[in-house]
Amino acid sequence: MAASLGRVCKFGLLKSNYGTLFNQQVHNFSTTNQWSKGRKVLLACLGVTAGGISALIYALDQSVKAFDQVAHPPNYRWGFYGIFSSLDHRSLRRGWEVYKNVCSACHSLDFLAFRHLVGVTHTEEEVKAIAAEYQVQDGPDDTGAYYMRPGKLSDTIPAPYPNEEAARAANNGAYPPDLTYIINGNHNGENYVFSLLTGYCDPPAGITLREGQYFNPYFNNGALGMPQIIYNEVIEYADGTPATASQVAKDVVEFLMWASNAEFDERKKMTIKVIGFGLISLPLVIYWKKLKWTTVKNTKLLFTPRYKRQ
Amino acid sequence: MANFLYNVLFKRSSTFTVTILVGCFIFERGLDVITDKIFEQVNQGKLWKHIKHQYET
Repeated sequence: MAASLGRVCKFGLLKSNYGTLFNQQVHNFSTTNQWSKGRKVLLACLGVTAGGISALIYALDQSVKAFDQVAHPPNYRWGFYGIFSSLDHRSLRRGWEVYKNVCSACHSLDFLAFRHLVGVTHTEEEVKAIAAEYQVQDGPDDTGAYYMRPGKLSDTIPAPYPNEEAARAANNGAYPPDLTYIINGNHNGENYVFSLLTGYCDPPAGITLREGQYFNPYFNNGALGMPQIIYNEVIEYADGTPATASQVAKDVVEFLMWASNAEFDERKKMTIKVIGFGLISLPLVIYWKKLKWTTVKNTKLLFTPRYKRQ
Repeated sequence: MANFLYNVLFKRSSTFTVTILVGCFIFERGLDVITDKIFEQVNQGKLWKHIKHQYET
């Protein structure tokens, strides 16, 4: 590629223009005037090829992906989709309830500590109380022994299983993934997880499932090791929100969205800041450009050939 | 006005430096405050700030 570019341009791009060229027509700036016909054709072919490949990649990306035996989740209108929209912290609080009462039976949240919840879903006192409900291994103490103590703010959220082997042994060989980055870790994560949680149905004819497998059209090949967990009224929310299945799934997905993107609200705020600063600096940049170019655009050079001189 | 500003603030390097530092501080604070206001306006009722009074004792 670089070799072809070098052939086409002969490093003409790197040559500085002569100062006297400044007030001539744009045509005279062009380095393509001296090019041979073959070189122009080569360049045209290169351009067409590059454009064609780009178009092909774009078309493949946009095309209907119907090869895998998997249903593609629809795009829901999440409340946090707007360019300035933050996460709904009421929903995050309910999402934590769902995780704690439902998901945490099998799934860990290894990269989140109790202290992360402070000021996001709960007050400091509430989180201290939540952490104290868990027993955490600490040590070694004076005698070298490990002991259990109530959780503190600085502890990470305890996992349901001590290691992957224990998790597999307890779940028919299927490993319940850690949920901290599950939204970012899947393509179209929030819609995928929501559809997965709410999309269980009976397997169509021809699909056989082994013992301990459940059919879910949004999971690749359909056979999922996790049974349907989210039902209407599966938990009771402390704030009185009706716990329909879609509400529960929505809340936990919003919570996991926050777990994957702890800086989410900060990012949205930064968008406003960048736009504001851009609007202020735009006139300054325009003024500066005009200031610098005014000499260039107003300079006139006159060349009189020797034979015309007196 | 422009003359006054030039003579008092921009003419000497010392006052110019102070002008830049103080100006940066005021501008940055102002932009932050305005941004926070807009952000809270857009997301009224969704932020922790708006719901924490329900849970604080």
